[in-house]
Amino acid sequence: MRRLSWFNVTSLTLGFAFLYLPMVILVIYSFNASKLVTVWAGFSTKWYGELLQNQAFLDAAWVTLKVGVAASTLATVLGTMAALVLVRAGRFPGRTLFSGMIYAPLVMPEVITGLSLLLLFISLGVDRGVFTIILAHTTFAMCYVSVVVSSRLVTFDQSLEEAALDLGCSPFSAFRLVTLPIIAPAVISGWLLAFTLSLDDLVIASFTAGPSATTLPIKIFSAVRLGVSPEINALCTIMISIVAVGVIGTSLATKRAAQRQKRDEQAAARAAG
Amino acid sequence: MAVPVFAPWDDPTQKPLIQFKGVTKRFGDFTAIDNQTLDIYTREFFALLGPSGCGKTTMMRMLAGFEQPTEGQIVIGGKDMKGVPPNEREVNMMFQSYALFPHLSVWENIAFGLRRMNQPKDVLEARVEEMLRLTRLTKFAKRKPHQISGGQRQRVALARSLARAPKLLLLDEPLGALDKKLREETQFELMDIQENTGTTFVIVTHDQEEAMTVASRIAVMDEGRVIQVATPSNIYEAPNSVYVADFIGDVNIIEGAAKRAGDGYDITWAEGVPPLHTRKEEGELISIPDGGKAYLAIRPEKVAIHTEKPQGMTNAVQGRIIDVAYLGNLSTYHVRLANGTMVRAQTANTRRLALRPFTWEDEVWLSWTDTAAILLAE
Repeated sequence: MRRLSWFNVTSLTLGFAFLYLPMVILVIYSFNASKLVTVWAGFSTKWYGELLQNQAFLDAAWVTLKVGVAASTLATVLGTMAALVLVRAGRFPGRTLFSGMIYAPLVMPEVITGLSLLLLFISLGVDRGVFTIILAHTTFAMCYVSVVVSSRLVTFDQSLEEAALDLGCSPFSAFRLVTLPIIAPAVISGWLLAFTLSLDDLVIASFTAGPSATTLPIKIFSAVRLGVSPEINALCTIMISIVAVGVIGTSLATKRAAQRQKRDEQAAARAAG
Repeated sequence: MAVPVFAPWDDPTQKPLIQFKGVTKRFGDFTAIDNQTLDIYTREFFALLGPSGCGKTTMMRMLAGFEQPTEGQIVIGGKDMKGVPPNEREVNMMFQSYALFPHLSVWENIAFGLRRMNQPKDVLEARVEEMLRLTRLTKFAKRKPHQISGGQRQRVALARSLARAPKLLLLDEPLGALDKKLREETQFELMDIQENTGTTFVIVTHDQEEAMTVASRIAVMDEGRVIQVATPSNIYEAPNSVYVADFIGDVNIIEGAAKRAGDGYDITWAEGVPPLHTRKEEGELISIPDGGKAYLAIRPEKVAIHTEKPQGMTNAVQGRIIDVAYLGNLSTYHVRLANGTMVRAQTANTRRLALRPFTWEDEVWLSWTDTAAILLAE
């Protein structure tokens, strides 16, 4: 292996420090025994214990979870449908406009999305709460799902679906029995992406949330305005570990599956030869 | 024991299983199939043969129901297929890419079509086992498609498409992905299976040898039109056009002016040499006006090669050997005639140790019989 030059070492260190130093500091201070965030007074896990006693945080976490699951599920269904139409339907009048409109929310400033949704809910007289946050998150997460799923559908061998039709499936059961199981990894990663986006969204949620429902990011943001507490550090550390475990778990599973497939194919080639 | 000849196309009392009636298919401005009429009979092994882009795959996809004809009518088993979706046709297709479901085992792939028929479980299982035995896949039933070899995948695709016992099986370049040796073995397997199951097969291929081997009749296609439909031997020995003669096997084409003479035609093809003569066989309906342009098509293996001018042969021409292709079992001599026309003559190397009397730059004579050549108008 080539040795790294001093330039490579420096840029690597700086890069990683830039990315992870803030989070490392946050994690370290979540184990601080002192109430003062900036003064280190020994190791303790008491803030994690106190977090579990704080009903406001627990309520917010529950709302966030409900919103995340509901919104990402809805967004996955709608986004997959949109991706299917975009990839499969070929040319129809207004196709370019339609596909452009699907992707527009990706670059739309969140403030505008949030504000427009707020105005819509007010004009329709809808009470703001969990339901409106779910709708708002579905709206912006859907386009991410449709990007992920349509990139998978482009490489999907359409003759598989034709084979299913040929063997007696209706178009819907062909989708359910053949297409969906095969594109499932993309659909699942679309769901995970939508869930993550919903989990950490602050801007849109604060426009569409009402007094009855507060999500965790809103709660954290408003708590921090009164001063950073070690409790918040603990909460953020938990969130970081959940995300990290999810990402590492997925990538290990993908790698294992790829290795197994490669081994099987080699075995088949040997058996044939 | 005499085996009755299978030729339902010559029997006017037979009703065809598939009828194309004036079928045209357009994709935008492009005409893929141009006003096609064609009959295919029960138990036939029918080959659609042509270069890529000739419309053979479109014909097949219209039979499967993936494409609808722009004009005209397709009738299968006496029923107009207009608007009938693929899942309601008693037609199954074996895809070029095999299209095996990667998430299902070999067993489940074969059972897939049967599950859609709401059969009792034991009937379904018995049918899957039967298909596994037929295609010698019993050992591999539990494997996934990516865990078996290409030849095995091909057999899974065949078993899956035959499991529902369709009236008609469509095969889209079924052997294209296999190497030559495996392909030849599989061709005979396909023929056996076709005979044993009594299913009508329609195969799409660009491989003329494959079509000649497996098919009862071949339709040679070009640019959306069927040029000739005939048995393999008739396609080879009695092509109806230069295109067909040239597409199937090797052929020498000599162009000239035709004139009726005796029992056939004389063809004037070069100055200062006697015309070539071809006898008109009974049933060969071609008729060319005197002086009209005509082509003589002669297969290389029907051209004999001599050192001296052969005596008593009407068709003898002189030339010089330009090239010799030694293929082991055969040798092909490329001979240039006085007017520049190249003619190939093929001889079988029947003796292992023999002096081959001809070599490069030799002056030789070529000859063929009155009936060896086919006279074509186009």
